Amino acid sequence: MSYILSITTLACINMIAVLGLAIFTGFTGLFSFGHAAFMGIGAYVSAILTYYYGVPFPLALACGVAASSAASLIIGIPTLRARLRSDYFAIAILGFGEALRVILENLSITNGARGLPGIAPYTTLPVVVLCLGLCVIVARNFLQSRYGAACIAVREDPVAAEMSGIHLFRTRLLSLALSAAYCGLSGGLLAHYLSFIQPVMFTLVQSTQILAAVIAGGLGSISGPLVASFLFIALPEALRVAQMWRLVAYGLILVLIMLFRPQGLLGHQEISRLFKRPAGEDH
Amino acid sequence: MFLQTLFTGLSVGGIYALMAVGYSLIFSILNFSNFAHGSVIMLGAYMGLGLASKFGLKLGFVVAGAMAGGGLLAVLNERLAYRKLRHRNAPSLYLMISAMGCSVFLENMVYVTIGSRFYAFPEFFTRRVVTFLGSSVSVMDLFALAFSLLAIGALGLFLARSRTGIAVRAGVCDMTMCSLMGVDTDRLVALVFLLAGALGGLAGTFMGVRYLVYPTMGWITNKAYIAAVIGGLGSLLGAIVGGVILGVVETFISAYVSSVLRDVFSFTILVALLVCMPNGLFGKSMEERV
Repeated sequence: MSYILSITTLACINMIAVLGLAIFTGFTGLFSFGHAAFMGIGAYVSAILTYYYGVPFPLALACGVAASSAASLIIGIPTLRARLRSDYFAIAILGFGEALRVILENLSITNGARGLPGIAPYTTLPVVVLCLGLCVIVARNFLQSRYGAACIAVREDPVAAEMSGIHLFRTRLLSLALSAAYCGLSGGLLAHYLSFIQPVMFTLVQSTQILAAVIAGGLGSISGPLVASFLFIALPEALRVAQMWRLVAYGLILVLIMLFRPQGLLGHQEISRLFKRPAGEDH
Repeated sequence: MFLQTLFTGLSVGGIYALMAVGYSLIFSILNFSNFAHGSVIMLGAYMGLGLASKFGLKLGFVVAGAMAGGGLLAVLNERLAYRKLRHRNAPSLYLMISAMGCSVFLENMVYVTIGSRFYAFPEFFTRRVVTFLGSSVSVMDLFALAFSLLAIGALGLFLARSRTGIAVRAGVCDMTMCSLMGVDTDRLVALVFLLAGALGGLAGTFMGVRYLVYPTMGWITNKAYIAAVIGGLGSLLGAIVGGVILGVVETFISAYVSSVLRDVFSFTILVALLVCMPNGLFGKSMEERV
C-alpha cells in the first residue's frame, strides 16, 4: 500500500512540472530542454531554507517558487528579447541548466555533487494532491484568460499575433515565468518528499522526461500531458522496469511520436477547434 | 607552459572543429540542429575502440573503420528518424525532437548493453613529446591537429571541386530548386549525413584516444555544438574557427583559472553569443522569421 502511495505521490509531483512545461511548450509554442533546472532551483532553495534556517515549509516552498521564477527571467529576458530561433532558444536554456548544475556541484551550501541529505520530509500525499489541484485550476484559468489566449495566438502565428497588438516578448516571458514557477513548486515538493537532493537529479535526463510527457500527451492540451506523465512515471515504476530501459524507451517514444503522431496521444483535445490542420505543415 | 597550453588547445580545438563541421553540414542542408550527432560520435569512438582492442588493428585501420561505421550510422539515423518528417515538410522543431529522442535512445542503449564502464584505447602514441622552443608538445596533440585539419581540408576541396560537392552546395541554397534541376535530394541528404557521420567517427576516435570512452562522452559534443554556433551554424569555415577558438580558450581557462569554471564559461559564451550575435561569426541569418 505504501508503495502505491509513494508512486502516486511521485507521479503527482512530476505532473506539476509537466503541467508547467505544457503551458510553455504546449500553449506558447517554445521548447525547452532545461526546465529541470527550474525544478532544481526550487528544490535547493526550499530545502536549504528549511534545512539551515528552519523556515516553515509553506514559506520555504513559496520562496523556492519565487526563486525559480526569478531565475527564469535571468535567462528568459535576454534570449526572448533577442528573438532566437526556437531551437536556439531551447539550446540556450539547456546551456543555462548545465551551467546551473556545475554551480550547484561546486557550492558548499549545496554540499556539492554529494547532494543534500536529511531534508525534513514534509511532503505528504494530501499536500501534493492539494498543490496539483490548485495548479490545474490556475493553469485552466490562466489559459482561458486573455493572457492565455495571447499565448495560444503567439504559438499559432507570431506575426499575426504581433500585428494584432500582442506583445510577443512579454507574453512569452510571462509564460516562461509561470512554467518555471510550476517546476520550482514541483522541485520543492520533491526535495521534501525524498529528503535527499543531488545536482544530477536536475539535468537533461529529467528535462527530457518532462518534455517527453508533454509531447506524448499532446501539445496544446492540459489533460493529455497529465495522463502521459502518469503513464510514464507510474507504469514503469509499478512494472519495475529497470531505470535504464525506461530511458531507452523514452528516446524511442519521442522518435515514434514525431514520426507517426506528432500531435500527441490525446492530441489538442481541449482546444481542438483552434486547429484546422493539426500537424505536418511548416510555419 | 604557454606554448604547451596553446598546442593542447589547438589540438582540442581541431577535434571540436571536426565535430562542429558535422553539425554545420547537416544544419546547412536541413536547417535543424542534429543532436543525435553527439551519439554518432560516441558510437564512432566505441567502434574504434572495438577495432583497436578486440582485433588489435593499427591506427590507420581503426580510424578508417570508425569513419565508415560513423557514416553508416548517421545515414541509418537519417533514414529511420528524419526522412519521413522531411517528406512531410514537418517544422524543424519536430526534426530536433526526433534527434533528441535518437540521442537519448542510442546513449542509453549503450548503457544497457555495453555498460557504463570507462574504457581506454590501447596506447597508439607512447607518451612521446617534441621539445619545441623550450616547451614540450605531445606527438598525439600534433597528430590530432594535423589529421583534423587534413580531413576538414579534404571535405572543403570535395565540396568546392567535385560535381557532387556542387550538388550539395546547391542543396544548401535551395533544396526545392535543386530537386527540380534533377538532383535526387534523398541521396543528397544521405551523402551529407555520410560525410558528417564519417567526420564524427574520426572525431570520436580522437576523443577516445585522448581521454576515455564512455556512454555519456557524447556530452563533449555539446561543446562542438557551441563551437558551431560561435562560428555560425551552416558555415564550414565558421565551424573550424569556432572550434579552434573554443578549444584554445577553454584550455587556457582550465590551465590558468580553474578547470571547474571551464564548463560554466563555455555555456556562458554560448548564451551571450546567441543573444548578441545570433548569426555567429560567419553564419547566415538565424533570427525567427517574423
